[in-house]
Amino acid sequence: MIEVQNLSKSFKENLVLDDISVKLERGKTNLIIGESGSGKTTFLKCLIGLHSIDNGEILFDNRKFSKMNDKNVRKFRQEIGVLFQGGALYDYLSVEENIMFPLNMFTKFNLKEKKERVNFCLSKVNLEKTNNLFPSELSGGMTKRVAIARAIALNPKYLFCDEPNSGLDPKTAILIDNLILEITEEFNITTIVNTHDMNSVIQIGSNILFIHKGKILWNGNKNDLTKSKNNELNNFVFASKLFKTLRNENFT
Amino acid sequence: MLKYLKEIGRYFILMKKVFSFPEKKDIFFKQLFNEFEKVGLSSLSIVLIISFFVGGVVTIQQAINIDDPLIPKYLIGFVTRDALILEFSPTMIALILAGKVGSNIASEIGSMRISEQIDALEIMGINSASYLVLPKIIASILFFPILVILSIFIGIFGGWIGGISIGVTTADFVLGLQTEFSPFYVSYSLIKTVVFAFLITSISAFYGYFTKGGALEVGKSSTTAVVNSSILILIFNFIITELLLT
Repeated sequence: MIEVQNLSKSFKENLVLDDISVKLERGKTNLIIGESGSGKTTFLKCLIGLHSIDNGEILFDNRKFSKMNDKNVRKFRQEIGVLFQGGALYDYLSVEENIMFPLNMFTKFNLKEKKERVNFCLSKVNLEKTNNLFPSELSGGMTKRVAIARAIALNPKYLFCDEPNSGLDPKTAILIDNLILEITEEFNITTIVNTHDMNSVIQIGSNILFIHKGKILWNGNKNDLTKSKNNELNNFVFASKLFKTLRNENFT
Repeated sequence: MLKYLKEIGRYFILMKKVFSFPEKKDIFFKQLFNEFEKVGLSSLSIVLIISFFVGGVVTIQQAINIDDPLIPKYLIGFVTRDALILEFSPTMIALILAGKVGSNIASEIGSMRISEQIDALEIMGINSASYLVLPKIIASILFFPILVILSIFIGIFGGWIGGISIGVTTADFVLGLQTEFSPFYVSYSLIKTVVFAFLITSISAFYGYFTKGGALEVGKSSTTAVVNSSILILIFNFIITELLLT
């Protein structure tokens, strides 16, 4: 579980995250939703340590991130898997080498064991026999799936996904969503997904946080969405006519 | 002024991060050998072609300028040798490598930055600065002197061909090459090369590493890296010459 206590972050004079406190539970897909510029990417980057925080504390299974020294932070980061928006695969490495990369850096596996692990991860994302392809030869959906395979290579305790469906067609987006859900439940990890894709929210949102202007205005699950009286949330979630219609039919 | 001081500060902070012990020696050496190919071997042909023709042109120009019966012909070989060892091979080749290798490093690291590949390294707990930059710096420091030595030899060979083409005899040219040869000039040349190699790779990596934005900014970083490393090469050329030759 990840516990965020009174987290604040500003860039110069601009307060981007304002006193955020929340619990992100293990074995659940915790979705952070909000408009562009609401602070969700900053929140995610604070959680994974790419941005320093001004105030507050982040606890990873009761371990305070701020109290960790550099060596412990490095070690701790091996427990984190991140799916970046564009995949962030290393262009000069093949699919197999990309997934093997964290194994090379942090394990003492021999080559056979590493290859077995790579094949296992690729089978999890339904990309068997793509080992020798290079990132430039992959479609958007395949890139995301390889990135997920790399993210789970070291058996992470925490999986962070930044806009996993951006730029994908609806069918592939559902595939990625299901994959994230499956991995979360199978490995019992704490998954945090940053998204503004409402299909994802309905598909996999077991714990949803709505960020608006740097504050968490609403926290609940997908079943609670239609019952919410929060105007900002309703304006965001039911912005399209389709969702307005579906809401009346209690779509969740 | 404050902006430049900040930039210099950031450069030194990055260098502190770069010069840390590699996390996995075998991976470091694998990368180092890759970099020998990328920063060194791939530049071999351009260095040799330029050196050959510049050597030839320098000789022809000297021969034309000192076309006087009172000046011995062997001076043509003498001047060609010193011009190549002292200035052309270390400095001009460094400027050419700043363009070729420097822009390549800045754009490679810059592209990794904007496509979040560097963030991915950091998230895995890897010191991205050391992992990406250290092998490049070490490879260039080790390989650029080899390029410069080859450049000197090929330049002299080009000079000999150029000399023959306008009637300078091989005996005169070789006598010139042997006259008052100071081995220290070669040391001076190699010291300069090592300094220039460090400047080119570290400055280019610096601009690539701190690229922000998109593809356009990668291009800008690459250009800035080439311009600034070229200027610093010239400044350090002056300083080293003052320190070692005067």
